Amino acid sequence: MSFQILLNVFLAWIWMFLKNDYSTNSFIIGYLLGLMIMLLYRKFFNERFYLSRVIAVASLLLLFLKELVLSNISVLKLVLKPKLDMRPGIFALETELTKDWEITILANLITLTPGTLVVDVSLDSKILYIHAVDIQEKHEAIESIKNTFEKAIMEVSR
Amino acid sequence: MNEIFKIIAMILIILGTLLSLVSTFGIIRLPDVYTRNHAASKATTLGIMFILLGTFLYFHYVHGHFDTRVLLGIFFIFLTSPVAGHLLSRSAYHSGVKMWDQSVEDDLKNAKDKVYISK
Repeated sequence: MSFQILLNVFLAWIWMFLKNDYSTNSFIIGYLLGLMIMLLYRKFFNERFYLSRVIAVASLLLLFLKELVLSNISVLKLVLKPKLDMRPGIFALETELTKDWEITILANLITLTPGTLVVDVSLDSKILYIHAVDIQEKHEAIESIKNTFEKAIMEVSR
Repeated sequence: MNEIFKIIAMILIILGTLLSLVSTFGIIRLPDVYTRNHAASKATTLGIMFILLGTFLYFHYVHGHFDTRVLLGIFFIFLTSPVAGHLLSRSAYHSGVKMWDQSVEDDLKNAKDKVYISK
């Protein structure tokens, strides 16, 4: 991915040299033209075209913000409810992610999800131990959310 | 135009203050470390982010002063506070703090690789 970005900047520089115009505008035009050329020749790269990965990162960021707002609403409900009738507990979740940064991002996302908080990661970093505020009703829902998170992270790293 | 942004900044700052207040109530009210950590690590994060965002909008649109340090502050708080919440609950668990007596299940208690919990 970084190679493709470097190549794109390099093509924009060549455009600036061809035009003999060293302003920001000509750099942007050269960047867009280079983007189109790279889109045409994307078969020759080993990885996929890098814009799709940029879009995946942006959608992951939006997911983060959405989950932050939702989790705050659930904390508000939890605190302001007159009766303390929640059933907290710690459950284990097996993850398919392998790299360290992916697991870090997944743990951060889970911590910002409504009603869950990561307590520990096992030594071989395959199982996450998660403290949930309301364990019995949320088991299924939380698992499905995890699947969407894991998918979004895999979309970035794949 | 100025008035609109003044009102938006006001709403954001009041929302952030309310969130911080509710999170403080949660720390007083909830029964054990882990549930208190839920309130502390989530509600205050968004509260402080709202307050900083309101400050940023106010100074940008009313005084014409674009302060990137406020934006960086929002970014850093967003990155670091979930990690802080995780570390607090992890060290609480490993130093043997009990969960609330109405807690249902505890998968970590009989985990296989608890080598570093020497109890």
